[in-house]
Amino acid sequence: MAHITIQNVRKSYAKTEVVHGVSLEVQSGEFVVILGPSGCGKSTLLRMIAGLESITGGEISIAGKVVNDLEPHERGCAMVFQNYALYPHMTVADNIGYGLKVAGLPRAERVAKVAAVAASVGLTEFLDRRPGQLSGGQRQRVAMARAIVREPAVFLFDEPLSNLDAKLRVQMRHEIRRIHNQISATSVFVTHDQAEGMTLADRLVVMNKGVIEQVGTPEEIYHAPASVYVGGFIGSPAMNFLGGMVAPRQTCVALEDGSRIEIPQALATAHAGRLVQIGLRPEALSLVSAGMGAFDATFDFVEELGPARLYHFRFEDLMIAVLSADKPPVQVGQPMGLKIAPEAVHLFAADTGKRLEAPQKAVQAVMA
Amino acid sequence: MRRAYFKNNWVSALMVAPQLLIIFIFFYWPTSQAMYWAFTLEQPWGGGNTWVGFDNFRDILSDSLYWYSIQVSVVYALGSTVLAVGMAIILAVFVDRQMRGFKAYKIGLIWPYAIAAPAVGLAFRFIFNPTAGIMLYVNHVFPGVWDPSTSGNDAMIMVIVAGAWKQVAYNFIFFLAGLQSIPRSLLEAGAIDGARALRRMRDIQLPLLAPTFFFVLVINITDSFTDSFGIVDTMTGGGPARATNLMVFKIFNDGFQGLDYSGAAAQSIILMFLVVALTFVQFRYIERKVHYT
Amino acid sequence: MIERTPLLNIMTHLILLSGLILMLFPMYLVFVAASLTLKEVSAIPPHILPGDQLWVNVEAAWVKAKFGEKFLNTFIVAFGVVVGKITLACITAFGIVFFNHRLRMPIFWCVFITLMLPLEVRIVPTYAVAANALQPFQVLMDVTGLTWLIGMVSGVEVALEWNLLNSYTGLIMPLVATATGTFLYRQFFLTIPDELVEASKMDGAGPVRFLCQILVPLSVTNIAALATIMFVYSWNQYLWPLLVVTDQSYGMVAVELGRLVPKITATGGEVAKWNIAMAGTLIVMIPPILVVIFMQRWFVRGLINTDK
Repeated sequence: MAHITIQNVRKSYAKTEVVHGVSLEVQSGEFVVILGPSGCGKSTLLRMIAGLESITGGEISIAGKVVNDLEPHERGCAMVFQNYALYPHMTVADNIGYGLKVAGLPRAERVAKVAAVAASVGLTEFLDRRPGQLSGGQRQRVAMARAIVREPAVFLFDEPLSNLDAKLRVQMRHEIRRIHNQISATSVFVTHDQAEGMTLADRLVVMNKGVIEQVGTPEEIYHAPASVYVGGFIGSPAMNFLGGMVAPRQTCVALEDGSRIEIPQALATAHAGRLVQIGLRPEALSLVSAGMGAFDATFDFVEELGPARLYHFRFEDLMIAVLSADKPPVQVGQPMGLKIAPEAVHLFAADTGKRLEAPQKAVQAVMA
Repeated sequence: MRRAYFKNNWVSALMVAPQLLIIFIFFYWPTSQAMYWAFTLEQPWGGGNTWVGFDNFRDILSDSLYWYSIQVSVVYALGSTVLAVGMAIILAVFVDRQMRGFKAYKIGLIWPYAIAAPAVGLAFRFIFNPTAGIMLYVNHVFPGVWDPSTSGNDAMIMVIVAGAWKQVAYNFIFFLAGLQSIPRSLLEAGAIDGARALRRMRDIQLPLLAPTFFFVLVINITDSFTDSFGIVDTMTGGGPARATNLMVFKIFNDGFQGLDYSGAAAQSIILMFLVVALTFVQFRYIERKVHYT
Repeated sequence: MIERTPLLNIMTHLILLSGLILMLFPMYLVFVAASLTLKEVSAIPPHILPGDQLWVNVEAAWVKAKFGEKFLNTFIVAFGVVVGKITLACITAFGIVFFNHRLRMPIFWCVFITLMLPLEVRIVPTYAVAANALQPFQVLMDVTGLTWLIGMVSGVEVALEWNLLNSYTGLIMPLVATATGTFLYRQFFLTIPDELVEASKMDGAGPVRFLCQILVPLSVTNIAALATIMFVYSWNQYLWPLLVVTDQSYGMVAVELGRLVPKITATGGEVAKWNIAMAGTLIVMIPPILVVIFMQRWFVRGLINTDK
């Protein structure tokens, strides 16, 4: 278990800066997921913690000690790589035990530890095989066993599940979380899959283009995304966005075609006259007859999801998705009314993309 | 399993015909001719060849000069291979660390491949010449210590150094490529596991380089039997006193200077078998060693 | 990766530098020698720094060995080998990979076996063939009685002869007769997905069109790689041209280099003009070196793919 402090860390390759002054605190024993699209800098950040990349500016401390200049093995971290990075010429047992061997642990002890860890991840019968003879899921477990056996203070995961098929991925997610709880390590997990991030994280760190957009629990981030980017990235199906302007006297936001969406009074007063991006989650929208809702849109096509349907509507030149468990029948080309509760409307400044809040209710109570 | 083919079989015949024709005329026919000559003897006054069975082979194999030639070839093969492979692998492993100047080192170590055997031969003959250049100076300080035109050992050393020098670039290319095909994440995992640079070389890079290593080893040995002609011809002419009379050179000498076609043919056959055997070993061994991933 | 290994880093540079020096020093000495006068070359202590005679010596070497003519010949031969090898390799591999008939594997093995025996090992009989390239056919005809038959019927004595000595064809053909390129092309063609063949069939393309309009453009990098290696290989040919060419107007550069200095075994007391010889060596080395350096990426690729 170790506390990780990342202070104003920058990374540049030649003249290009890829990580711009990132700061983060990871509590001891926490499972933090760094989430973001390809190229956002999340893997670079992880590798800087591991010592695989040098730190151009700022400081990283693990368990209170500044580790900027320490070599990877001096930092007390273990890492699970995206493509597992198993030594192809060694058996599973040797792969798992390699770190212990380098550390000089006597053979008997090593074998015992390896056996124990292999048992805990279900690899006992594979100890004499080579990685080339294992399936993807099994290799994954070898990679994890290799990390676990070193009893590290910090566990690092670099998109370890992205090479697995969907079903295996879900299974392994639970494995990883279970092991984390069992060993009470501090874990930093990098992924681009928002569902993975939401289910695994104690806290979520959303990154984009080398900066952190938001840090919070999955609930916080889902209910109060700090920017258009986060709002659009988290949650599936994705949030809908419309442009509009806050009309203070009518306690609503006015859309271009004149329709109005109601918002809480305090929010309207605080940002009167502002141009905004309106975020509407498909699951928060409901369908009513044309003219009866906040605004009208024309039905285009539907996706059958099983427990619910995802209806796609055309509004001006945008597509709006509505998730409905009621499954009302709709005709193509038919206009319908879309309704949403005022508290469920997310507002973001049109120029900066940042979330707009009502000042007194800075952190609104989380929806039950 | 490929399943998509074209139908026109006569087109396919047309496609392979030219190469087949050429290799028939310039490979299979000469090889069978060699067989023919090896088992016959040309009549001294013309009129064709008479069958003599294994006589030619017996003559050769009982010729101490031939055995000496084999011995010389083996010494050359071992000497130049050890030098060339050893140097190349050390250089490749350190160039692979990709420190500053890596590109320059890479180019600097690759371009000697382009140099022709006679050029290498001449260059080293000059360098090792006891009457000019560096060696002249050495001989001045330690009189008579170096003279490849009289000392068989000196001549052999000279030829081995030249041959090895020529091969290093080739080996280096293969070793470097082999090293660079090892995924970087393996080395990073090793670093995280606590292995430092030299340890990683020992535990990860060299074992994974093993298939390439054996491949290069066999190629070097095979090439040292066949490729050495240019070097020997320009440096020592097989001397002094046949100290550097490598097998391939002896064949050339006997056949074209001595006009002993049958003898040369028989020697060629033996050399062919040797080379084929070595190539076979290479294929067999590589098959077994290669599949880790 | 963060690594504090100052000692190892110094050692790395030391090893690499000494390796580089070991490899380059001989050539440096050649360069120096090529720029000295005859007297300076045999001086004690030896000159380590270059002199000023470089161009004088180069010119002398050029004239003495008639390099102008030899360069031309070697270029022609190299060009012939490159074009010949690439074309043959391409169409042969095509015939083996994209058609399914019983002879496919036997033909492949026939071609593959030629990899095992480089030219040096079969020089004696190959030379005989070069003297009369049609001899195999003559022998076949004799053996099967065809010659006798033709003689009986028409009174014409069939004597096939095609002398390849002292000709470009004789220089080029045997060099083209091995399987290196075919192997490379075969491996490459095997990676072409079935779907591509099927799609072009649906588009109505026959095999030849498929070859010319789809496969060849796709194999441009292969062509570059093979061309580089073959150029260096044929430029540096020594043994074969030595045998096949007695008329020096067909001579090739590597052989000519051998003549610049009298052989150790030669009698006659001619003094070796090392400075001129080294200048000649430099001249001969330049084209393949240029090719290797500029085409470095393709060249390395090609080497690894052909020999594996």
